Amino acid sequence: MSMAGKVRRPWFSRLVFLGVLLFLYLPLGVLVVNSFNASKYGGRWDGFTLGWYEKLRQDEATLAALGNTLKIAALATGASTLLGTLAAWCLHRYRSRLQSLHLVVTELPLAVPDIWIGVALQLFFIQAGWDLGFGTVLAAHVTFCLCYVTALMVGRLQGFDMQLVDAARDLGAGPVQVALRIVLPVLLPGMIAAGLMAFILSVDDFVITFFVSGPGGATLPAKVYAMARTSRNMPVINALSTILILATLLTALLGHRFLKPKSA
Amino acid sequence: MPEVSTPSRRHETWLTLPSLLWMAVFFAVPALNLFLISFRPAQVSGDVGTGWTTEAWRVFAEPGHQEVLVRTLGISLATTAGCVLLALPAAWCILLARPSLRPWLLLALVLPFWTSFLVRVFSWRALLQSSGPVATLLTEAGLLEDGGMLLYNPPVVVMVMIYTYLPLAVLPLHAAMEKFDFGTYEAARDLGAGPLRAFWSVVVPSVRGGIVAACLLVGVPSLGSYVVPEMVGGIDSEMLGSRIGQRLFSDRNLPQAAALASGLALVAMPLVWLSLRRRKEELT
Repeated sequence: MSMAGKVRRPWFSRLVFLGVLLFLYLPLGVLVVNSFNASKYGGRWDGFTLGWYEKLRQDEATLAALGNTLKIAALATGASTLLGTLAAWCLHRYRSRLQSLHLVVTELPLAVPDIWIGVALQLFFIQAGWDLGFGTVLAAHVTFCLCYVTALMVGRLQGFDMQLVDAARDLGAGPVQVALRIVLPVLLPGMIAAGLMAFILSVDDFVITFFVSGPGGATLPAKVYAMARTSRNMPVINALSTILILATLLTALLGHRFLKPKSA
Repeated sequence: MPEVSTPSRRHETWLTLPSLLWMAVFFAVPALNLFLISFRPAQVSGDVGTGWTTEAWRVFAEPGHQEVLVRTLGISLATTAGCVLLALPAAWCILLARPSLRPWLLLALVLPFWTSFLVRVFSWRALLQSSGPVATLLTEAGLLEDGGMLLYNPPVVVMVMIYTYLPLAVLPLHAAMEKFDFGTYEAARDLGAGPLRAFWSVVVPSVRGGIVAACLLVGVPSLGSYVVPEMVGGIDSEMLGSRIGQRLFSDRNLPQAAALASGLALVAMPLVWLSLRRRKEELT
């Protein structure tokens, strides 16, 4: 007999669950529906239209922001996946004072409010005389993505058998050979999952980006934010948001497939 | 020949250097710099002056900023409590469902978290704006006067913050409940406790660890909220994050921005410390 059968109808928790589902999906659902609604404020249904998407397609600033977002995300993903995997490897393999420090500087950023990182980086870039723009946004993205990748890969490495490495070394393999032919193939699925996660985080980040971006660094979320301040753009942001929802969901589902640990 | 299984120091240093150096330059130095700037004088030009002063830290003596600080704590507390109170029964409901159904129910609760944060906040703005769907319905039903405002007040800020952070509370509570010994709940029920009583006195205490984790995961980002109060909040729902933004973007007082951000870090410090310690326990 299943647990559910024994419990006398958990109606209260079911009610809360349904309420929570409604709460979670209603605003997003209305937004998606309204992106096809001819009505400007979405108060009522005025007929189906693709006009807002058409308008979006003609908006060059948005397209430029999209290009920026993808460029930054791709570069940040590549750099942070490499740096983060290496960092996780060190944290897993060595036990020393150096690694204690290493652990603190890669974990602390995940534990503090992101606005704090944004402010600290902006002030640092200003003091260093570094113009806010594409470069500063990229550096910031690599930083927080690196921390997430490290945390994820440390988790993945828990199941890694170090004897594999020792055995290979005993049999005469050099360090490069071990890294490329033993470690990399085992870690690759985890690295792909971590990379996808870094990609989503980079595409999605608003607060840190907002604080360190100048003229050349506007990403899509920054664009949405700027547009959202004036309500006349509302339906166009609905359309842009719908595309963003679909894109992040697809990437997340893809990552979910890789993230599932293989049953060893 | 050196022992193969004890990796050499030299290797360690070279392999650690890239990430350590990156984090030193883009995290440790900026963090220290932020703290130091908060003790610098502000110049009218918007630059940071030379010499040392505690001038910027006096913002916390101003009643206006104290009010904002207290409100930030209050809104974060309400958000955290709301998230835990909704996530507890929701995670319980998942536990009681058929095993084949559980992963899907969990996914349903967590999925919105993977869509853009900004879009989720914006969706509420679109939903509750003055000519939007909810306002139209309420006006037609006679529940809202024409042109009445649903946005820009503290309760809306708390609600949207609960909305954005709820999945963060669901995950640790779900993980804690999976380890829950169901027999103790059954025993409590068999001994005559009602479902609510059995839940509060048996289930809740045994998932304490999950509740603490949920509070940490929701509490810290709540304290640093910027987007939600800016997008759906009004003047009476300003939080510390909004003030930091104003100092950086509008009045260009960098030392004061640094002081406010340092204040935020000090307030969040106990939570940050606790979550780091828990993480360390997890790893060892």
